Amino acid sequence: MIDTHATGEMESVEDFRVRAQTWLADHLPPLGDGWNDRSDGRRERERELQALLWTGGFAGICFSKEYGGLGLSTEHQRAFTAESAPYDMPFSLNVPTLGILAATLVEFGTHDQKRRHLPAILRGEELWVQFLSEPSGGSDLAGCLTRADRDGDVFVLNGSKIWSSAAYASDYAMCLARTNWDVPKHRGLTMFIMRIHQPGVTVEQIRQVDGSLEFCQEFFDDVAIPASDVVGEVDDGWTVASRLLVHERMAVGGGSPYTSGASMGHDSSGTDTTMVDAAREAGTDGDPHVRRLVAEAHVRQLVAGQLVRRMIQGIATGAMAPPAGSIMKLFGATNVMRRSEIGLEIAGGSVVAWPQDSPGVGARLGQASLSRQGVSLGGGSNEIQRNIISERLLGMPRELAADREVPYREVRRSGPSR
Amino acid sequence: MELELSEEQEAFVSTTRRFLAAECSTSAVRELEHDATGFDPAVWSRGAELGWTSLLVPESNGGGSLSEHGLSDLVLVAEEMGHVVAPGPLVPVNVVAEALGRHGSAEQRAEVLPGLLDGSSVAAWCGPLPLAAHRDGDRIVVRGRSASVEAGAQASHLLVTVDLDGGPTQLLVGADAPGLTVTPLDGLDLVRRYAEVHIDDAEVGSDSVVGTVGGAAAAIERQGHVACVLQCAETVGAMDRVFEMTLGYLGDRYSFGRPLSSYQALKHRLADDKMGLEACHAIASAAARAVAEERPDADEVVSAAKVWIGPHATELIQDCVQLHGGIGVTWEHDLHLYLRRVTVNRASHGTPEEHAERIATRLMGAS
Repeated sequence: MIDTHATGEMESVEDFRVRAQTWLADHLPPLGDGWNDRSDGRRERERELQALLWTGGFAGICFSKEYGGLGLSTEHQRAFTAESAPYDMPFSLNVPTLGILAATLVEFGTHDQKRRHLPAILRGEELWVQFLSEPSGGSDLAGCLTRADRDGDVFVLNGSKIWSSAAYASDYAMCLARTNWDVPKHRGLTMFIMRIHQPGVTVEQIRQVDGSLEFCQEFFDDVAIPASDVVGEVDDGWTVASRLLVHERMAVGGGSPYTSGASMGHDSSGTDTTMVDAAREAGTDGDPHVRRLVAEAHVRQLVAGQLVRRMIQGIATGAMAPPAGSIMKLFGATNVMRRSEIGLEIAGGSVVAWPQDSPGVGARLGQASLSRQGVSLGGGSNEIQRNIISERLLGMPRELAADREVPYREVRRSGPSR
Repeated sequence: MELELSEEQEAFVSTTRRFLAAECSTSAVRELEHDATGFDPAVWSRGAELGWTSLLVPESNGGGSLSEHGLSDLVLVAEEMGHVVAPGPLVPVNVVAEALGRHGSAEQRAEVLPGLLDGSSVAAWCGPLPLAAHRDGDRIVVRGRSASVEAGAQASHLLVTVDLDGGPTQLLVGADAPGLTVTPLDGLDLVRRYAEVHIDDAEVGSDSVVGTVGGAAAAIERQGHVACVLQCAETVGAMDRVFEMTLGYLGDRYSFGRPLSSYQALKHRLADDKMGLEACHAIASAAARAVAEERPDADEVVSAAKVWIGPHATELIQDCVQLHGGIGVTWEHDLHLYLRRVTVNRASHGTPEEHAERIATRLMGAS
């Protein structure tokens, strides 16, 4: 990696911006249509793009130099993201690998764990996912049933996780498992680094309503994990998981310092022309009602971008508590819901059927509407976000929990009894 | 409000807040309900001393600001006034003061600015829609009607937009000009006074022109932006206060042996309201920044703020009325003072629907 500021003095944001501008123009391909593609081929392409950033000395802007990063500020990162807008970038590495899991590793990993994984992540060699939700229920994360039993220097894991994105094509996971059944649920969990492709781990792809096969379920059958791969302390995995979730809300909201380039699905620049295209396709771009809907969809994008800016600034300066990340998450999700509804309204009858060789905007909007609730479910459902906002931001009383201060062994639960 | 303020701005906010708490309680607002002026001139003058009317005027003309852009400071006043639904012609006075500071002749500035800056007089802005005008020798003859002019009947001078020689032109007209009739109106807000301005072949001299004949388009657009930004800041301030009142109320009230705030159905409502409130803050601040810095996207961001904040403000406060129960629809409770203010703001300086059409035109051309 090129270290262009070996003097130890931090390069100014403007110098960095200019240098990035030149390098990007010389090395990265322009942003094409394929950027939103979630195929395996695209994923491999993004590993290459990340490797390219690494070679050019632009990977891991806010990661410390000790672990392969540039050790620069969030202003540098924002400058780079702005300059990179016209180019194809490794978008999908931002979430979850960089923004969530690498971020959590930075915070809780041992020196050895960080040395082993962070440079590899920044080179595009390791894709990471999170193994948190279980088939027995996703909102009550601390109620996890996957067990990890200590056997000398290793932990042996058994159980199942679900809703991990592209685990089949990824390399490592952070996996939350129960190491102690005799204490209340939050106090008996441990976070592990798990190599995905190893004996005892079975990954099955789940077919979603839009036909995609990205989400996975994993089954663990006596998976051995060395004790040196525990993240944080044994039985203190909830602390790690809680911070992981904070990083997730920041990253999904588009406000993580650890990402590079725009986050997928968060075009808040207001340049999305879908609604205008749909109105023109339907021939209703002169209809006052349709025009108002198009304007609303556009305004929503502008507001979303400004809200993210505000929440990130608030959290960074301490003006707002970290749970403010839930406001971004909830806004993002409800925005998708409303924009989907606007899309259906503008597209009208064109969502019903289309010529086989030329599906239009209506076809796309109709298909997309089928999975619109996905954003409201993944990364903590809207209901959970509303609990977080009301309880941890507004200080309203917490929900009654029947499992508080009860040894987890005695808690009633769904799913297979142990 | 921006989450990061300079030390000077922090101090300014706290001075303004203390002053408003002492002088503009909601009971003081209620006492002005039948007052023809709608504000206490003595209180307004003291507000002017604090800087409420001078922030958009350059130092060379007796004004001055804390930040590089005075509008960034003035929105702080607007938001604080929103917290207490304060009376006072903040929008028209500042819009006219800025216009004169930027484009007024030396005579116009000397005649009008000192009174606006020390709070002893008031000016009204008749808005962007042009009245008819033609020349008669070296006189300009104006004819037309401006509806709902804020502080129209309290103003010593009016800034009138006319169409002259085929272009937008602005005139500074004295309230006593022959042919000018100002009729006070009743309105939704208890203390914000509006008037209908009727101009029937009023003759003014060419020294009334502010700026150049036919060249006022940019100035008029700017005035609309400033009005919208101040109004949005005030609305967000009002929302902030109502939300805070409601959160407190739900914590204090008990039903079925538990605080209202412990019910998940109500917690989730407040979570949504909090989200809506922060989104309004975010877009209001964005509009204030864009207009303060006179950025090219100012018009778009202002319209976005108007489209977003208007209906969300009335919806949030109506929801807070619902969460208060029966007391929320009584005259005694202050909620209606806030509801009145944000409803008036929603429909002033362009409705959300009109601003939505501006955005639609920007995106796909005129219909």
